[in-house]
Amino acid sequence: MNIKDTSELEISSLLEDVYRKYGYDFRQYSEAHIMRRIKNRMTLSGIEDISQMQSKVLNDESFASQLLQDLSITVTEMFRDPEFYKSLRENVIPILKTYPFIKIWHAGCSTGAEAYSMAIIMQEEGLYDRTTIYATDFNQHVLSHAKEGIFSNKLMKEYTANYQLSGGNESFSGYYTSDSDNVIMNQSLKKNIVWANHNLVTDSVFAEVHLILCRNVLIYFDINLQNKVQKLFYDSLINGGILCLGSKEGLRFTDLDKEYSELDKKQKIFKKKY
Amino acid sequence: MNYEAIVIGVSSGGLNAMKIIFSLLPKDFITPIIIVQHISPHSDNQWIKHINDDSNLKFKEADEKEKIEHGKVYIAPPNYHLIIEKNKIFSLSIDERVNFARPSIDVLFESAAEAYKNKLIGVILTGSNNDGTKGMKLINEYGGLTIVQDPTTAESKYMPASVIAAVQVNYILSLNGIVDLLIKITQP
Ligand SMILES: C[S@@+](CC[C@H](N)C(=O)[O-])C[C@H]1O[C@@H](n2cnc3c(N)ncnc32)[C@H](O)[C@@H]1O
Repeated sequence: MNIKDTSELEISSLLEDVYRKYGYDFRQYSEAHIMRRIKNRMTLSGIEDISQMQSKVLNDESFASQLLQDLSITVTEMFRDPEFYKSLRENVIPILKTYPFIKIWHAGCSTGAEAYSMAIIMQEEGLYDRTTIYATDFNQHVLSHAKEGIFSNKLMKEYTANYQLSGGNESFSGYYTSDSDNVIMNQSLKKNIVWANHNLVTDSVFAEVHLILCRNVLIYFDINLQNKVQKLFYDSLINGGILCLGSKEGLRFTDLDKEYSELDKKQKIFKKKY
Repeated sequence: MNYEAIVIGVSSGGLNAMKIIFSLLPKDFITPIIIVQHISPHSDNQWIKHINDDSNLKFKEADEKEKIEHGKVYIAPPNYHLIIEKNKIFSLSIDERVNFARPSIDVLFESAAEAYKNKLIGVILTGSNNDGTKGMKLINEYGGLTIVQDPTTAESKYMPASVIAAVQVNYILSLNGIVDLLIKITQP
């Protein structure tokens, strides 16, 4: 018995344990993805087989929380996919402008890079004072990070380039203060962001909102779970509300395909029909 | 042996190598081919069009949760890892780079080996890093067929040489040799 021979059955019984003991439900995540992350963890931690893995997960909370990190891929960027943000400025902002107050939900916000990008855009468009951004994730670790608003200074070069490509004309360095290692995002950006723990799989409708961004989260779910979470989004959006998915995601496997029109097909921006 | 899929990993020098392979493979080649080509994260995969022009088989970018079908050639989208599920559909992931690459050849090959076991053919072509070596090792362990471009014929030798040093591969061939072999062994 070695890592290679770990079977799907063993993996699902491990996920079952995780769910029962910790309440995190990975049972409908993409199997190959989960398999790969678990095997990585076994190799990194020198775990030889799945039964050893199982007992470690059940008896060692810090190991379990490490595994949660492994399974919740948190890679993110400010203004990731600049073309998307450009389209957001052009196609979505004019719609948002028509509302007296604006509620935005970032589902799976990771360390907040996306939410801060949005706050910057709303500020530049003069809309931020009437905006509330709800930024949620099920991973408390990244949420605390997001709330602090501290990012490594090394990342700023790339983020600045992304920002400019997305159509931003201000000086990006004006949005944070920096020391040699880190930057901290301005208080004026943080002020209307509400950070909250929310699990897309096990928690229910979060708020009624005008715009939902859920980018690069659903790719980790199997088709059934994607469908379930799409219903949650549909129920959370006002009529005419906007849904933004990741550049490789879509609605084609969902029952809700017909309930949205495409605002920008390439950038995966959809509008809920009235 | 009834092979169900072919995975190809290719890096620097890949464009020419792929042009040659796909101008030689016939139109009725039915075994699905899945490719990771190392490419800039900002690429729009324009080069697909480039190869499509001369190819008998049509390339498409692999879509999230798309089902793998006969007669198709799939290519990993830039900046995402491409993974194959047990039920032969694609998943994408943006987790960390592997061997400095996303998409990574190892990531595709390892998941493909798990999904297809001994019904898989792995091919490593020209390239200047060692991505793909671990994947070929796993394909080999599962009893799949391993083919490597002869480093002396590769624009960039390092990647094929790295596999040959680490894995008992089944074939070391020129690009033409690889095409001939693929046609022969996938013939129904
Ligand atoms: C790859 S990140 C995407 C971050 C950001 N949206 C972006 O595109 O840059 C995926 C995030 O989804 C979160 N996530 C995964 N499963 C979740 C769930 N069931 N509920 C809430 N968040 C989840 C992870 O913790 C992670 O932070």
